Amino acid sequence: MRSELKCTVNGVARTAQVYPMARLLDVLREEMHLTGTKEGCGEGECGACSVLVDGELVNSCLFPALQAEGANIRTIEGVAVGDKLHAVQESFLLHGGAQCGMCTPGMILAAVSLLERIPHPTEAEIRNGLAGNLCRCTGYTKIFESVVKACER
Amino acid sequence: MTVGQSVRRKEGRDKVTGAAVYVDDWSLPGMLHGATIRTQSPRGRIRGIKFAPNINWDEFVIVTAKDIPGRNAVLLIDDEQPYLAAESFEHAEEPVVLIAHPDKHKVEEARRAVTIEFDPLPPVLTMEDSSRVFKSFHMDKGDVDSVWARADFIVEGEYSTGAQEQLYIENNGMIAVANSQDGVTVWGSLQCPYYVHKALKGLFDLPDEKIRVVQMETGGGFGGKEEYPSMIAGHAALLAWKSGKPVKIIYDRAEDMAATTKRHPSVTRHKTAVSKDGKLVGMEIDFAIDGGAYMTLSPVVLSRGTIHAAGPYSCPNVRVRSRAVATNYPPHGAFRGFGAPQSIFALERHMDRVAAAVGLSPEEFRRRNFIKQGETTATGQVISEAVDMNGLMERAFAAIDYYAKRKQFAAQDPSALRRKGIGFATFMHGAGFTGSGEDYLKSVVGIEATANGRFRILVASTEIGQGTNTILCQIAADTLGVAYESIEMAKPDTASVPNSGPTVASRTCMIVGKLVESAAIGLKQMMAASPDRPLRAFSQYKAPPGIRWDDEKYQGDAYGAYGWAVYVAEVTVDLLTWETRVDDFVAVQEVGKVINPVLAAGQIEGGVAQGIGYALYENVVWKDGRMANNQMTNYIMPTAADVPPIRVYFAETPYKYGPSGAKGIGELPHDGPAPAILNAVEHATGLRVNHAPLTPELLCALS
Repeated sequence: MRSELKCTVNGVARTAQVYPMARLLDVLREEMHLTGTKEGCGEGECGACSVLVDGELVNSCLFPALQAEGANIRTIEGVAVGDKLHAVQESFLLHGGAQCGMCTPGMILAAVSLLERIPHPTEAEIRNGLAGNLCRCTGYTKIFESVVKACER
Repeated sequence: MTVGQSVRRKEGRDKVTGAAVYVDDWSLPGMLHGATIRTQSPRGRIRGIKFAPNINWDEFVIVTAKDIPGRNAVLLIDDEQPYLAAESFEHAEEPVVLIAHPDKHKVEEARRAVTIEFDPLPPVLTMEDSSRVFKSFHMDKGDVDSVWARADFIVEGEYSTGAQEQLYIENNGMIAVANSQDGVTVWGSLQCPYYVHKALKGLFDLPDEKIRVVQMETGGGFGGKEEYPSMIAGHAALLAWKSGKPVKIIYDRAEDMAATTKRHPSVTRHKTAVSKDGKLVGMEIDFAIDGGAYMTLSPVVLSRGTIHAAGPYSCPNVRVRSRAVATNYPPHGAFRGFGAPQSIFALERHMDRVAAAVGLSPEEFRRRNFIKQGETTATGQVISEAVDMNGLMERAFAAIDYYAKRKQFAAQDPSALRRKGIGFATFMHGAGFTGSGEDYLKSVVGIEATANGRFRILVASTEIGQGTNTILCQIAADTLGVAYESIEMAKPDTASVPNSGPTVASRTCMIVGKLVESAAIGLKQMMAASPDRPLRAFSQYKAPPGIRWDDEKYQGDAYGAYGWAVYVAEVTVDLLTWETRVDDFVAVQEVGKVINPVLAAGQIEGGVAQGIGYALYENVVWKDGRMANNQMTNYIMPTAADVPPIRVYFAETPYKYGPSGAKGIGELPHDGPAPAILNAVEHATGLRVNHAPLTPELLCALS
């Protein structure tokens, strides 16, 4: 028994047939083939599946897809404009914010979301803003630096 | 020149845009989803397998040990570990049955409908109870028995460490296509394509050319994708072989944490003789690690831990006895540092203890014993590099204002509920395979001048986040005298790249990088002689001159080169909650020439954060031989809110036989944080903290 889901993803109107309890994560990855959104733990701890739903950062592994009816969703695929990288992406590239790349999409969305709310965050605000996204490679130092440098751009 | 420059990560753009393709991002037409049914008890005899009647099993492909076409053994060092348990099992989470179905939701439902019936056997769940030794070493320098009678001080101590989960953010996964005509091809998340290749050859009894292993983008490894991918690849391939369809197996986090390898738990006993002027006279070290139920890589982990057990000190009489014992836990395996973080933790805690017994500050005691150029290590290796541990130590102390803080914290109000402390660790880490290891590997690297005027590096060395792609391209670009942008990496695919060895042991930069350099020199000469394209040049490992190693006595040149380091941690301990917080961290190291400063610092910072987790948070809770906290909710790794500023400094002493003078770097940073932090906790509280992870519960119990 599937229901129809209508939403906007990265500025494009999308329709999908989804099971009542389907996770937004699976709908994005499997139905819409937007595989930039990653699954790390499936229980809302690691933040690898972070996306923006109506501007709010959510763990898409905990978000029932049908709750996104009519919503505006932004995934990592919608962060760059064409070939032009977002300042945060550019900064992650320059300053070593990405290593294995698995936490990177979620981390970048968390950073984008943070900077949209607070254009010039303090270090404590950066730490808090990213505390829901786990990274096992960087020790976060280069990620903080990437965010700070992105604000300066 | 690009070496020494922080050029952009080769595959970085794909990673920041979400375009990079990891194994779970990829599918093949008609693909089935596979799952593994595992034992739920640590030891037993299998009576039968029951399939509940509520599932239509005709829709499923089912594989058991009977379906294996070749050898039921994950071939690595030995052949004891089965791909699928048949009659008996030696640990919980041991694979017994594989199932696959086109609908992954049905697979999950079916997995729960299979029961393994068994008669339990008594398990061994402590190292003390173990009566089986996988491997032991006995390393002797000088005559340690002669020192006890004349020692001014004898200091003894026992230290232990728990298991640690690698916790790469991408879980393990594999896709396989297999049939008797074309052979077996797997694509997956892995560190060592040729390890998987070897294991699959035996499993299917097929020749080299019928097995193909391809690495996909890999979301972290840290050793956790060194040996276990051979298991998953075999499982996916067995299902594909039987069904005739592509099969994908992706572990979820709970399965990955419970079933795959972790860092070996350890117990180390030290007995140390010191003269009254604070010189080490004798060190007797007993080092034991828990190998789990099968040998896997335990002998090699033990070897590295053994060699590093006596640290960067000059001592005339050293004995290290070590062993890896069998228990009925899931096999422990490779994890960044590979035995060294365990034995170095013990040593560096013990050195603080010895210093106190002699009445010296921890830094003065070390200063009197640091190894210098021309002196010998515990394996009798003469240090030919210009090593300056004291210089590294003073640099680290200056960066964190150690002397002032040491004094200030010692004078803090003893009734305060929040106590500050500062501590450090001094250590070394050998780069490349131990002893004769690289000679056995005989790694080969290729480089190609392509028809379109570009260059391609041919290696099986994998990018797992650490920067392989980038640094190897930098080395090639400089050697060839061409732009970094004109170099590309061939996909690690055993059908098209030579075996440059496994991506482990801090060897990719120093060993493989050097081979890239020499292959590029060869290519340059070929290009000067011939206008033909494509052209290919290869280079094979040859030990640097003068290297000697005795496998029997475990004496000689254990490693071609070492990284040397001093790490300092400043902590606050809350005496109400017993939480420890790391407030500041300084990491000073000498790793030869730094190829890419941003990537190198990233390696250190990441390793330090993992080491902070090892020191304080990452507690694997075992219950009846199974991991009880196999979730990110209750296995706690450091978050952005937990890590201190991690301040990284490099001293660069070029190593003659490394590419542009570079040595290894990847594992080193995991060695120092745990002892530095626990030394700081002792400084803050006066409590003798001898176990990592030092959880609040443990610290409270000590008070």
